[in-house]
Amino acid sequence: MANEVKLYGIDESLFVCGVKTALNLKNVKYEFVVEDLSNKSADLLKYNPVYKKVPVLVHNGNPISESLVIVEYIDEVWKGVPILPQDAYEKAQARFWAKVVNDKCFPAVVNAFSSNGEEQAVAEAHEALQFLENELKVKGSKFFGGDNINLVDIAATFVAFWIGAAEEALGIEVMSKHKFPKLTEWSDNYINCQAVKDSLPPRENVVAYFKKRFGKA
Amino acid sequence: MVGSEVILLDFWPSMFGMRVRIALAEKGIEYDYKEQDLPDKSTLLLEMNPVHKKIPVLIHKGKPINESCIIVQYIDETWKDKSPLMPSDPYTRAQARFWADYVDKKVYDALTKSGTLKGEEQEKAKKEFIEILKVLEGQIGEKPYFMGESFGYADIALVTFYCWFYTFETLGNYSIEKECPKLIAWAKRCMQRESVSKTLPDSKKIYEFFMEMRSKLGL
Repeated sequence: MANEVKLYGIDESLFVCGVKTALNLKNVKYEFVVEDLSNKSADLLKYNPVYKKVPVLVHNGNPISESLVIVEYIDEVWKGVPILPQDAYEKAQARFWAKVVNDKCFPAVVNAFSSNGEEQAVAEAHEALQFLENELKVKGSKFFGGDNINLVDIAATFVAFWIGAAEEALGIEVMSKHKFPKLTEWSDNYINCQAVKDSLPPRENVVAYFKKRFGKA
Repeated sequence: MVGSEVILLDFWPSMFGMRVRIALAEKGIEYDYKEQDLPDKSTLLLEMNPVHKKIPVLIHKGKPINESCIIVQYIDETWKDKSPLMPSDPYTRAQARFWADYVDKKVYDALTKSGTLKGEEQEKAKKEFIEILKVLEGQIGEKPYFMGESFGYADIALVTFYCWFYTFETLGNYSIEKECPKLIAWAKRCMQRESVSKTLPDSKKIYEFFMEMRSKLGL
């Protein structure tokens, strides 16, 4: 039976891009189904009835939702470049940091922008990003995954690509090179990986998206 | 020293800590249980979980693992020879992870709000909580456990809330069993496993603990 892989999403979603990166790393051929989130397709609602969100991966008719769950699934099904470490302890660390990125850093950064750069919100975003900055310092490697990107790098896609675009769109500084030298360097390296480059939308589209979503009237 | 290779930093009423205790029991692992006095956190806890400063923390051969669901997966992957907690095929495994993640995102806040809010807000919270339980009930369906015939990861993620139901039912003046009988039947089925029944404290003891804590906080 042919391997049928469909990815439901939108170009600008960083969670969708994370899944695309994982598929690219494994050289998986897939069909990208663009969703209109203001008018969700019957398929999307069928495949993700719990959250009704993107991304959703459908493999041979079987749906998987939640980006980190999808990325782990991709890693287990398609061999080749590993996205998670083999060692149980290292795997646990990767899952832990991916969760820190998703549960702590992402909401704090979103809040910093949506509050229009309010002092406390920016301070909290800095505190959250500092964990990642420190982790890179401690690891002393190019990526969170070492020489190659892993689950944590993919989870942190928003740091590498979206923060800069949002800063430009809204004129608010959240991640300065001075305060976060390691994260800045990591961001440059990350978006230059081929698998990542192939997943990202044009930057001007993302800037326009942020202006629309968070911009001042 | 017996069990010193595996140490668990925990707090007895924590439903998150209980998940780890169930997993360790399922695998028959001996460990050193260290009760943490929250809020007076020990130096060991702060050193082993500097990011979140929370329990549970599993320390295996001196290295810490944090976050209950991550710890349960670690236990399953490290002690492979007995009682697998994850399904064997990748798709069902992904479903188990999805449902454990759903429990993590939804259950704690909804459950606690159903008991601690007042008036109309409480009624809304109770409704939301029951809706969440119905989704979970729907996923279990006619199966004995979340993913089928075998007790595992997704069951562990949810069942530890069972001993807390009585507390919030009492505070919220409602019956979860009345609204979600199949879910309670599933919970009782899980309680037939020694790893679960020996881990979950008595519901009344949890209630007493919660009420004492609230009165100390002046609530």
